[in-house]
Amino acid sequence: MKSVVCVKLVPSSDAKVVVEDGQVTWGDAPLVINPWDEYAVETAVRQQETLGGDVTVVSIGGENARDALKHALAMGCTQAILIADPALAGADSLSTARVLAAAIRKVGDVDAAFFGRQAIDGDVGVTAAQTARLLGWPSLTLVSTISQLDPGAKTIRVERSVEEGRQIVEGKLPAVVSVVKDIGEPRYPSFMGIRKASKADIPTWRLSDLGLQAPEPLVTWPEMINPPKREILTEIITGNSPQEIAEKLVDRILEEKVL
Amino acid sequence: MADKVWVYIDHSDGKAYPSSWEALGAGLILAEDLGGGVTAVVAGAKVKDVAEQAIQHGADEVLVAEDALLADYRAEAYASTLSQLAKQNQPEAILFPTTTRGREIAAMAAVDLNAGVMPDAVGLEVKNGGVEVTRPVYAGKLLSKAVSKARPQMITLRVRAYAAPEPDASRSGKITPVSISLNEAELPTKVIGYNQAEAGVSLTDAGVIVSGGRGVSNNPSLTPPAGMDEKQAEIWRAQQGFKMIGELAEVLGAAVGASRAAVDAGYIPYEHQVGQTGKVVAPNLYIACGISGAIQHQAGMRTSKMIVAINKDPEAPVFKMARFGVVGDLHTIVPALTEAFRKRLGR
Repeated sequence: MKSVVCVKLVPSSDAKVVVEDGQVTWGDAPLVINPWDEYAVETAVRQQETLGGDVTVVSIGGENARDALKHALAMGCTQAILIADPALAGADSLSTARVLAAAIRKVGDVDAAFFGRQAIDGDVGVTAAQTARLLGWPSLTLVSTISQLDPGAKTIRVERSVEEGRQIVEGKLPAVVSVVKDIGEPRYPSFMGIRKASKADIPTWRLSDLGLQAPEPLVTWPEMINPPKREILTEIITGNSPQEIAEKLVDRILEEKVL
Repeated sequence: MADKVWVYIDHSDGKAYPSSWEALGAGLILAEDLGGGVTAVVAGAKVKDVAEQAIQHGADEVLVAEDALLADYRAEAYASTLSQLAKQNQPEAILFPTTTRGREIAAMAAVDLNAGVMPDAVGLEVKNGGVEVTRPVYAGKLLSKAVSKARPQMITLRVRAYAAPEPDASRSGKITPVSISLNEAELPTKVIGYNQAEAGVSLTDAGVIVSGGRGVSNNPSLTPPAGMDEKQAEIWRAQQGFKMIGELAEVLGAAVGASRAAVDAGYIPYEHQVGQTGKVVAPNLYIACGISGAIQHQAGMRTSKMIVAINKDPEAPVFKMARFGVVGDLHTIVPALTEAFRKRLGR
């Protein structure tokens, strides 16, 4: 079993993100591995523990993306690759997917590429599906359970978490798999893992190493804005009994015609 | 000839998702500025009814791709269908509801068409002949404007951002069957079946949501069955609490939501989670019971029209977002609220 897992470094989910003087800032909140990607790393590492083989973790970003890669190494990935190139600033989802598809090809003989469902900064959530399309591999997105994975027979069976419930799908390997939370809680990096990760040699690939030209993004973001402040006047409902409070509350809700 | 503005109608087994009609509503507004009418695209095995409903909801033409290979939803087959049609007809923009399929079909067809995808739009504005999309980023902490220089512009619309047009059964339009080329041997997946979701109102489409947090498990008046350890007893208490929340939801025709803390503690399945790493919702009324309102949770529900908070802790951040608040024990307030709504709504 040979797999790749793709991760991104993002501001942590409790960061207060605001626009100041036209610039996005999150103060001194830490940058962390995208929480969804931790589930993808967990999935890849579990498959490796069951089936053997290795897991390569890949991230596109600046030098600081090494922190996300080290976190994944500490969780049990075998090796890490940083894809860094000044020409990738402002890359849109399709450019990102092209780079990841090329990187997965360069790693070579990959059975499965794992992704989180979306990155919590841009919230675009299309990278896994686009990477699959570019590779011509099955796109198995929003997977909550991998019920069967056989690199020898080149088959995979998963349950996908979709509107109608769980869709059970069988596909051929190699495949792209994006996972949701139900796949299993990510482990904490072990002390030994952290030590190993801190010493790991993480090579950097440039676009030229992948045989790619500088991408020309189709989608651009001309402006970021703070959402309009909602002026909310909170009214605390009080009363002598739960019944009295409930009746007053129902009156007030019905008066505002939201039902 | 098909219009400049297309809307992809998502459905499950021939039953359209309500958010598809919202996308059609957004398409009609866009067509006023871009010119022409709206062409709906419906793909599946048996979708004539959906096509007729699309006309009733305002489409001028419906391209109907019926093929036995589209009987099960498979991303590859649906994306190929759409990209073949778009290559033949060159629309300016294709709108989708932000369903799991809508997002995925848009993503994959965009690869085939070398087009840009802008998911989760909450606003659309025509500028310089293109569409400037407003979409939440950082879980709605910020809004981003986005534009695509490629055509078609692939845009998925966040649920409840646009109103669905009222259907008009007397409306007429053109239903155009189209043929597409699909080949089973080229499709890399097979659908084996479905494990149905539990019955209930879907969170993302819900007009009213009643949500529970950690506080749902703190009912000291309940005695758990003998033989449970502390953790089992806590989960048992929480499940009784969610039953109570479910009763209020039933009276209101509402969906049941939960905070991450409640999901992580094992009180309720992940499908119910509202927040940055769960579902993003925007109902007319959101009743938060025993939820403190951490920033991750706020990100998932801040755009609700009205928020009502019930919490023991008067300092809970959720009160800052709430139109109405009750400082008190949800285990006595929620059943009283269920009873009061039942009386007033005659349910």
